[in-house]
Order: sequence, then structure tokens, then C-alpha cells
Amino acid sequence: MSCEPWQCAEVAATKKANPITKPEVAVAMIKRAARPLLVVGSNATERSMEGRSLIDFLIDFAKASKVQVVATAHMVGEFLKRGYTPAGFMSAMDIGNRLVDPSWDGLDGKGHPDLAIFVGLPYYMEALILSGLKHFAPDLRTITIDNLYHPHASWSYPNGSLDDWANNLKVMTSRFEGGQ
Amino acid sequence: MTSKNVRVKIGEMKTSTGLVKNLDISIGKLVDDSWEEPMGPTPMPSLTTLRNWDLTLLNKYKPFYLPDCDLCCLCTYGKCDLTAGKRGACGLNIADQSSRIVLIACCIGAATHNGHARHVVDHLIEKYGRRYPLDVGGLNVKVEAPVTRLVTGIRPQTLGDLDEVLTYCESQITHLLSVAHTGQEANNIDFESKAFHAGRVDQVGMEVADIAQISVFDFPKADPEAPLIKMGIGTVDQTKPVIMCIGHNVVPSVGIIDYMKEQKLDDKMEVVGLCCTAIDNTRYFDRAKIVGPISWELRFIRGGFADVVVLDEQCVRTDCSLEAERVKAPVIAASEKNCIGYKDRTNDPADEIVADLVSGKVPGVLILDPEKVGEVAVKVAQKVAPMRKKMKSLPTLEEIRELAKKCRHCNMCQRSCPQDLKIPEAITAAAEGDYSKLADLYEECIGCGRCEEACPVKLEIHSYILKVGEKKMLSETNYCRSGRGAVQDVEIRSVGGPIVLGEIPGIVALVGCANYPHGGKDVYDICREFALRRFIVMTSGCSAMSAGSYKNEEGKTLYEEFPGGFEAGGVINVGSCVSNPHIAGAAIKVANIFAKRSLRGNYEEIADYIHNRVGAVGLAWGAYSQKAASIASGFWSLGVPVLVGPHGSKYRRMLLGRADKPENWEVYDARTGNKVNVGPAPEHLFQTVETPQEAMVAIAKLCLRPNDTWKGRSIKLSHYIDLHKRHYGIMPPDIHRFVRTMADVPMTMKDEVTKILKEKGWKETVIPDPTLLPRMIRKKKE
Repeated sequence: MSCEPWQCAEVAATKKANPITKPEVAVAMIKRAARPLLVVGSNATERSMEGRSLIDFLIDFAKASKVQVVATAHMVGEFLKRGYTPAGFMSAMDIGNRLVDPSWDGLDGKGHPDLAIFVGLPYYMEALILSGLKHFAPDLRTITIDNLYHPHASWSYPNGSLDDWANNLKVMTSRFEGGQ
Repeated sequence: MTSKNVRVKIGEMKTSTGLVKNLDISIGKLVDDSWEEPMGPTPMPSLTTLRNWDLTLLNKYKPFYLPDCDLCCLCTYGKCDLTAGKRGACGLNIADQSSRIVLIACCIGAATHNGHARHVVDHLIEKYGRRYPLDVGGLNVKVEAPVTRLVTGIRPQTLGDLDEVLTYCESQITHLLSVAHTGQEANNIDFESKAFHAGRVDQVGMEVADIAQISVFDFPKADPEAPLIKMGIGTVDQTKPVIMCIGHNVVPSVGIIDYMKEQKLDDKMEVVGLCCTAIDNTRYFDRAKIVGPISWELRFIRGGFADVVVLDEQCVRTDCSLEAERVKAPVIAASEKNCIGYKDRTNDPADEIVADLVSGKVPGVLILDPEKVGEVAVKVAQKVAPMRKKMKSLPTLEEIRELAKKCRHCNMCQRSCPQDLKIPEAITAAAEGDYSKLADLYEECIGCGRCEEACPVKLEIHSYILKVGEKKMLSETNYCRSGRGAVQDVEIRSVGGPIVLGEIPGIVALVGCANYPHGGKDVYDICREFALRRFIVMTSGCSAMSAGSYKNEEGKTLYEEFPGGFEAGGVINVGSCVSNPHIAGAAIKVANIFAKRSLRGNYEEIADYIHNRVGAVGLAWGAYSQKAASIASGFWSLGVPVLVGPHGSKYRRMLLGRADKPENWEVYDARTGNKVNVGPAPEHLFQTVETPQEAMVAIAKLCLRPNDTWKGRSIKLSHYIDLHKRHYGIMPPDIHRFVRTMADVPMTMKDEVTKILKEKGWKETVIPDPTLLPRMIRKKKE
């Protein structure tokens, strides 16, 4: 496990993500947040672990944690096929653009998210959006629950194996009331 | 027309009043303005002339910055850390710096195209004279240079006129680049406005380059039936000497082709091209062949297909010369912009240069005379071909298996790959004799070679991918239509009405570079989808090659399956990078020819017309370059939305509308002066899309325009809804924002749409005569 950017050149300057050393740390942050939002990108159906697609792990997590999900690209259709309706869907750039606007009241109109959780976007695209949020949304905390270290997030898992990833997601899911 | 440097010289003349001897009159500039169209308000705009228009667009589509770097390292105050609101030593913050980088990228792009144009125009003037007439389509094209007319107010008729146009562009690029100096512009939106201006100048420069070469080299002239060109390395007869031309500037290739023809060798040799030089070679010589886009340079040099490599300018890998040395292919550098450290042999006798290259005394030479390039390239290829016997630098499969065993499983190859490809798995499998995963990479790899640079044990991973994909590579035989150049005026007359009224649902232009992780299949699929839907599909450059690189179930490429005319369901290759203004020009000509709006120096009005009425969208699926940035900027400035594929996010700034803010979507009704909310149409000006599915839905949506008639809007919405349901599995929840009256609702989707309209509390509104410009209001509100 290494806290170096997964893509070697995606370096940050003075403000780098704190490492999430164990899933309980991420769980604590999510529980502490008043309005967390999970942004799920197109790799949700491109990555698989233990014979299951990433999106299936994420649906379990979303159901257990009750965190609102916004699907990017065409992922809404993939969620719906699996019987889960995300709270919203829009392009990755649109959700990034809304998150930097403090007057945006979230998908349900009840208030701006205070924590944005990212997973499953192409690495460089997620890195750039996290950079945009680091610079222009100072009051927003960001976490990635990918298995790749993202220096521009507030908190990120270090680079890890697929087995580590599956385990982290399962532990996170299990720590919420709806988890198994 | 304005012409410069008129000189009258009389040796001896007898008149009734006396004898005149050795009279020499020189006039700096002679104005012959026979163009009847009155001059508009903004000819030859300066950096701020169109600022108000830019700010209007930038207020509607605000920048969303994605800083690629937290630092500024451009001056010795720095490095300055600009993280999260900090200002640097010069006072700039990260928003300013991000927009400054956008401006610099656009300036590089504009300078590159204008530099290219300057080289072509100067060369042609030297050879054919300033008075050489321009002809881009005979009687079918009276508006020969719509972008130039619009921006500069000049109607160019001769090569000499293009010189004057370029002089204007060069002055603007100098001013624009100076803006990026430390301690100049202090506001990000003003940087953005200037980036738009760079885009305008870029479009002019490209147009100049292309109309010059079309006119003089007799390229296809607005020809919908421009010839189909063989494409793919499988079409190359490797028993013949092969000259491989790489880059963008066709002038050296013309030298090669002319020499081959003079020596009656044109059927005894192969001239193949990579990148835009390939496209332009085929416009000059229909037996030239396109072997691939920019991303395949490494593939084909390392594959050993070339006996001589001729490098001109732009998008040429800077290690091409080193790669060519490995396969013992001599290199000729033919552009002063890309000398590669070679000795300048321009003034040496051709046979001496040939001897040095053939003997291997020197690996390459710089020759700046295109005719000499032609003679040397042909002679060297003839002599070297039998000696090289197509020498390759690819290992055997058995060698790959053994080499792969050296892998340390450090993952640095994958971590260095721009596409995050699963290279380690493929190498591990190859070490066990399973090459299937390397074969899969052949389709996905964009040929950058970063994996090899990162490998601690120096595995030549790209060579392994090529070796395993060799059979497939050699079977690549496709067709690309030669670049046709401009759109005919008569074509505009036929489709201008249906485009503006919305009955042709849109114009989709797939342009730019080819760094696609799936070898262009996405581009092919997107082109075909929209051609089948009766959109007008336009392509250029490497995208045009990708579009032709796949076949339908009947074995036909796109260019064989669909007509090449500017018509519903047409698939048009306009040509190379510098042909892109024919796409912008088509939109401009709709305003001019169909709507009878004056073009001359009338930028704001025409851009306002296009933005509100012409449902055009650009997609640069694999764009990587600064030129792509400036090309996109030229379209933004005209109000035409541009999409980029996922790694286009690295352009680090989007221009996004906010559909959820109704106040952003008001236009004036030019008939009444009333403000009317027209919804987010088009919703964005520059956006990254993550998947091809998202691209297709976004394209259909971005073709919506405020001016659509109910019939046109109904057609456009039917495509948007259909694609949305297919790819997202659900009705678009924002449909209420685009329905103005119930007549807009597609008949076959009425029940589903009506349900959403009721849920959203939709209210009917009017269809205005839309404009963003108060001065276009015909009747002021009392």
C-alpha cells in the first residue's frame, strides 16, 4: 500500500490527501457528515472483484449507508438494471461544477453536500475534478473509496490490490445499520 | 480588394507631351474595393473588439477549472503555490493561472496553424506569384473564405490577398501571447475572452492555409464525390520502395510526388502518410495512401515499413528519428520548425546527400527545399529498399516470452500508461506463452511508449504489442474519402432551411487527434449512429481516418456506406487539420446564404445567429494537442458547443451552463424586445464526456437551439429521448426544459413526455426570434 499517486505524474503540491489507513476511518467521516454524496463513475461496471462488479459492491454500500448516489456518464442505466435507483445522475463535470457552487442545494434541494465521496471515474478525470474541488470548494471535504491514491482528495485510500478494495468496501458496508 | 506593393516601371514611353525614361513608381498599398457588401462593425478585431460578445457567452457558460498543477513555474518569482485561493508572487490566483494556461495553449495552436499557413503562402507566392487566383470550388463556391470575410472583412481573391490576412493574424497572436507575460492580464474571464480571440485568429489562419493549397495544388474543390483513398498498412505494396511522410505540411510531399511523376516512378513506389500530411497527400495524389493517425507513428516506424521517413511539422513524435535509425530508415527533416539537430544540406548537390544517406554515413539530413526533398527521398528509397528488406525491430514471440520473464511486477508500466491499461497482466501472461492479453492491448494502446520509458528492466512493451498484433495490423485495409474542402453554396441553399428550422436534427463534427483507447471504434460508432439518424456528419484530420477504419456488416466503410455531400445522412471528410474552418464556414454560410445576413466584418451578429439557430456540435474524442484547443476555441467563440472525450478533461477548463438556473437561459425576442426563457439550449459550450454512450446522448441534446420550429424541436427531442432511453435506460428527466408548446412533443412519445410535464409543473411558452444582442431587437419595448 503506497501513498503515491497511482498515475505517477498526477502529483500535488502542498496539500495532499490524508491516507485512509483502514475502512473504519472512512466510515467515521461519512457518519460524521450531515449531507454526504457518493459520485459513481463509469468504471463501476469495468472493475470486478471476487466475481462481482464494483457497482454491486457500491449498491450494497449505498443501501446500507443511505448515502445519496449520483451516477455519472451512462451509469444510471446500470444501477436501474440492478434494481437500484440513484438519487440523481448527471455528467461528471456537471456534478463537479455544482459542488464548487456553495449556493447549490444538493440533489434534493435540502442543502449543499458537506462530503463528496468519489469512486469509479477514470483516474485522471477523477484527479482533475478532485483538484477543482480542492481549489474552489474550500468548505467541502472529499474522499475517494477507490483502491488508488488520489492526492487531490481530502482523504484517500493508498494504492491497493483488488482484494484490499473488496475488503474495504465490505467492511464499510458492514459498519452501517443497513449493512450485513 | 486591397493589394500591397504595386510597382509600375516604364523603361521608355513617348507621349504627345514628351518622352518618359526609366520611370519607376512604387505604391505601398492600392485599395480596389469592388466588393459590394458593406463593411460590418468589427473588421480585423483587436483583442477587445469582441470582448462584449465573449463576455456574453462566458456569463452564460461559466468556466469550471480543473487545475492540472497547483503551481505556477513561469517566472523566477516562483515556483508559487496557488493551492486553494493563495495568490502567487505576481498576484495571480489559480483561476487566473488556469485561464492563462488555456490562453497559452490556444496561442500555441493558433501560432502553429498560422505558421503553417505562412509557410505555404510564402512558398506558393514565391513559386506562382501574388496574383495567382484563388479557387476553392469554381462557380459552386462564391463565398470562398467565409471565416476570413467574417473576421477580417477581407474577401481574398489571390495568393497575395492571403498575405495581408496573415499579417493581421500574426499581429494578433503576438499581442495575445504577450498577455500571458507576468504582470499583464489580471482577470480569468478576460484571459478566457482572449483565448476566444486566439480561436478566431486560428480559424482564419487555417482557412488561409487550406484555400491556398486547394487553389494551387488542385485539391478536390468542394467535391462531394472526392475519391475514395486506400487506407491501412495492409494496402501498401511492400515489394516497392516506401516513402513515409509524417506531419501536417504537404509542401515537401508535393515535391516527392512531383519528382516521382516526372521520373515515371509513381506506380513503382509507395508514398504513405501518417497524420494530416497523409490526408493532404491524398488530396494531391489519389494513389498516395493513408496508413494511420498520429498515435500510430511508433507502430509503423518500428514495424519497419518505411524505407525513408520524411518529417515535416506538427504532431511529429520527437523520437521518430531515433526510431527510424533502429530500422535503418534514413530520415529527411523538411521543415525549419523541426530540424532534429541534423545538418542543413539544402544547398548541397542531391546526389551527395543521397550517397551519405544510403551509405549510412549520416542517419538524417535537413533539407528545406521541397523539390530537393522530393529528389533525395525518391532516390534514397529506391536504393535503400533492397538493402533494408523491410528490416523490423520487433522481437519474435519466443523472444517476447523469454523477455517477459524479466518483469518485476512493479506496475510502473500501468501507472505510466495514460489509459491505465492492464499491461502487467498481459506481460505476466506472455511469460507463460499466453499472448491473448497483449493482443487485446493492440486495440486499446495509443502508442505513446510511456510504458517502455517507465520499465525498470527496459522491456520494449510496445514492440511486444505490435508483434502480437502484427497480423491484424497487416490486414488493415479500409477506405477514407479524400478531403473535399469547402461546402458548396448550393448545398447550403438546399439544407440551410431544414438546419435552421431544426428539421435536419443537427450537424455533428468529429474532429481532432486520434488518441483513442479503442483505435477509433468509438468514433466510427458515433459517426454511424448519427448518419443513420440523418444528421449531417462532418469529419477532419485523424478523426476522418478513424471514421473510415471500420466496416459495417456488408463490409463497407462509412465513406462507402454514406454519401459525401452536405446533406442529411451525409458523412463528409473536409480534409486535414487546416480544413476545419470549412466546418465553421458551413455554419457561417448558413447565416449568409440562407438567412442573407451580411458577413463582412460582422462577427457578433453571425455568431449570435449560429449560436441560436444552427444546431451544430463538435466532438474531439481523442484530442490531445494545443491546436485542438485553439480549434475548439474558434468554435466556442461562434457559440458552437464542443465535447471532448475523457482525457480532454486535461484541457483543465470546462465552459458549463447551469440547467438548474432558469435566469441563465433568457434571450431577447428580436420581434418584441421581450426577454424569453428558452431553456438550456445548448446547455454547455465545452464539456468532457466520460463514455461514448454519454457522448451520443450529449450530442443529440446539444443540437437543440432556441430557434427550432415546433416540428424541428419535435424531431430533435425524439432523437434525444430515444438515445437517452437506450443508453441511460430512462426518460430524460429534464425534458420539460426543452418543450415550449405541446406541438414540440414527439407524437410517438406523447404519453411519456406529458407525464413528466405534469410532474414538473410545466407551462407553455413562446418560440422567440432569439438573440443575445440588444441591438438586434427590431422593435424596442416601450
